[in-house]
Amino acid sequence: MEYEIVIGMEIHIELGTKTKIFCSCPTEFGQDENTHTCPVCLGMPGVLPVLNEKVVEYATRAGLALNCEIAHFSKMDRKNYFYPDLPKAYQTSQFDLPICTGGVVGIEVDGVKKDIGITRIHIEEDAGKLLHESADGTLLDVNRCGVPLIEIVTEPDLRSAEEARAFAEKVRNILEYTGVSDCKMEQGSMRFDVNLSIREKGCQVLGTRTEMKNLNSFRALIRAVQYESKRQIIELKKGRTIIQETRKWDDTKGTSSSLRSKEEAHDYRYFPEPDLVPIVLEPDYIEKIKSALPELPEAKKQRYIDEYKLPEYDAGVLTTTGVTARFFEDAVALYNEPKQISNWMMVEIPPLLKENELSMENISIAPAQLVALLKLVKNNEISGNTGKEVLKEMFSTGKNPGDIVKEKGLAQMSDSGELEAIIEKIVSDNPKSVEDIGAGNEKAYGFLTGQVMKATKGKANAQVANEIIRAVVAKHLA
Amino acid sequence: MSLTREDVTYVANLARLEFSEDEVTALAEQLGAVLNYAEALSGLDTSKIKATEHVLAVQNVFREDEIKSCLTNEEALANAPESEAGCFKVPRVME
Repeated sequence: MEYEIVIGMEIHIELGTKTKIFCSCPTEFGQDENTHTCPVCLGMPGVLPVLNEKVVEYATRAGLALNCEIAHFSKMDRKNYFYPDLPKAYQTSQFDLPICTGGVVGIEVDGVKKDIGITRIHIEEDAGKLLHESADGTLLDVNRCGVPLIEIVTEPDLRSAEEARAFAEKVRNILEYTGVSDCKMEQGSMRFDVNLSIREKGCQVLGTRTEMKNLNSFRALIRAVQYESKRQIIELKKGRTIIQETRKWDDTKGTSSSLRSKEEAHDYRYFPEPDLVPIVLEPDYIEKIKSALPELPEAKKQRYIDEYKLPEYDAGVLTTTGVTARFFEDAVALYNEPKQISNWMMVEIPPLLKENELSMENISIAPAQLVALLKLVKNNEISGNTGKEVLKEMFSTGKNPGDIVKEKGLAQMSDSGELEAIIEKIVSDNPKSVEDIGAGNEKAYGFLTGQVMKATKGKANAQVANEIIRAVVAKHLA
Repeated sequence: MSLTREDVTYVANLARLEFSEDEVTALAEQLGAVLNYAEALSGLDTSKIKATEHVLAVQNVFREDEIKSCLTNEEALANAPESEAGCFKVPRVME
C-alpha cells in the first residue's frame, strides 16, 4: 500500500518591535533574567494592557506579503490554561476573528511548483521562559512574556519534509524582506509546530494527526517530520491506530515521545478579551501598508534574471535573504558587472563568512570594497587567484584591496620588459625544455610557465608570460 | 438546560478546583439555575440584530512603540513566594 504524508504547519514569529505587545518593556533578547518586566507583563491584578500600534502594522504587512486578506474587524481573545510560563494563566491571542485570513505561498521542490494555503495569521503574546536548572523547582524568566508574535497557520497542503522545509524557508525569506522580524531561529524568533498524519494515497479523508511543538531549526523540522511519518507508517502497517496526541521532539536523540493525549487535551475556553478593544482597519490604512511593501523575493529574483541577465540559479541564491540582495544591489550600482559580482558572492564569500564566523548581516567588508577588488581582477592588475587571497585578507583586516596589494607586493607583473628578463634567464637555464619543445613536446611549455610563476611568486600575468615564453623559445630554437 | 455532575467536575478540573461529592451536586444545581436564567434570552427573536463581537463600542486604542522604564529585578521578584538566581521559583514542571 502506498502512503501519503499530510502536513500542516503553525509558525510562530516574534515581531521586531521595540516594545512588548501590551506594555512598554523592551523586547531585547539575551538580557538578565526578569529585568524587562512591568506590572502588565507580570500579570499583576488591575493592570490595563494597551496594544502596540506597530504590532498591528507588522501583522498587516506580514499578511499582505503572504497574500492574505486583512480583516476589517478583528479582536483579541483570552486563551486560558495553567502553565507557569504564563503569569496571567491565560494567553492573550486571537480566536475566531484573526487579523489575516486566506493567504498563499508558492514553493518549489525538485522543480515542481506548488501553492501552499495559509488559513490564518493571528497576533498573540509570547510566554516566559522556564529554566530547569534548580534542584527542587523550576525557574521562570518573564522577560519574554508579552513579546509580540504572529502565528501563521497553514492548510494541510504539505506532503513531505522537503516541502515543509521549502515552505518554512520561503516564509522566513519573505518576512525577513518585509522587515517585520529578524527571523533568527537561534534566538527563537521563528518556531515551528507540525501537524502530521498519514493516509492511503488517493484517499480524501485525513488520517488521525499528531502535533509536534516548538521545532526551532530547519534541521529539527526535517528530522521531526521524517521520524514522525516513519513512526506512523510503521504503526499503520502493524494494523495499529494512530493516537491523536501532542508529541515532544528531542533533537539530540532524534526521536519524539508522547507529551499528552487528546483526553488530556486543553480546553482553552476562549472568550473575548474585555481589557482590549477591537481592531478596525480601514481600506486606506491597508492600502498604505501595501504600497510601502518592499520588492519581495520572487519579484526580485525575476528582475535579476531580466535586468542583470543572471542565470536563474544565481538570482535565486542572491535573493535568499534581504541582506544578501542589498549587498549585491549596492555592488552592482557601483560596478555594472552583475555576473562577476554574483560569482564572487556565491563562491568566494560564503566560505570566508564561515571561517570568520560571520553572516551577511555582519559581513566585515563593504560592497564598495568588493567592487574595488573585482576591478583589480578585471583590469588584470592581479590574477583571480591573488584576488581570492586579497579577499581573505580583507575579511580578517578590513583593509582596502588596493592597500593590501601594495603592501604585500601582489600586483601582477604585466610589464613585458621585466618579465622578458626573467623568462630569458629561465629559458637559458633549461636547455632540455627548449630541446623537448623543438622535438614537438608541447608539454614542456607548462614546465617553463611553472618556473616563471615560481620566480615571480605567482604574480606574472599568465597570458603575457606565455606569449613571451613562446617568443623566447622560438628565438632559442632558431 | 441542566448541568450534569460530569460537567461540573470537568470545569472544576480545568479551573484546578476540587470539590466534595456534596459540593458537586450542589454546584450542578446552582450553576444549572444560572444557565437556565440566561437561557431565557434564547426565547428572543435576534434575527435582525447584529451579533455582538465585543462588549465595548470603542475601537483602535493603541500605544506608540516606545520603550519606557521597567521594574528592577528586585522589584519584580518582591512579591514572589520563592525566588532563585533572579528568577521566580515555582514547583517543578515536567519537561
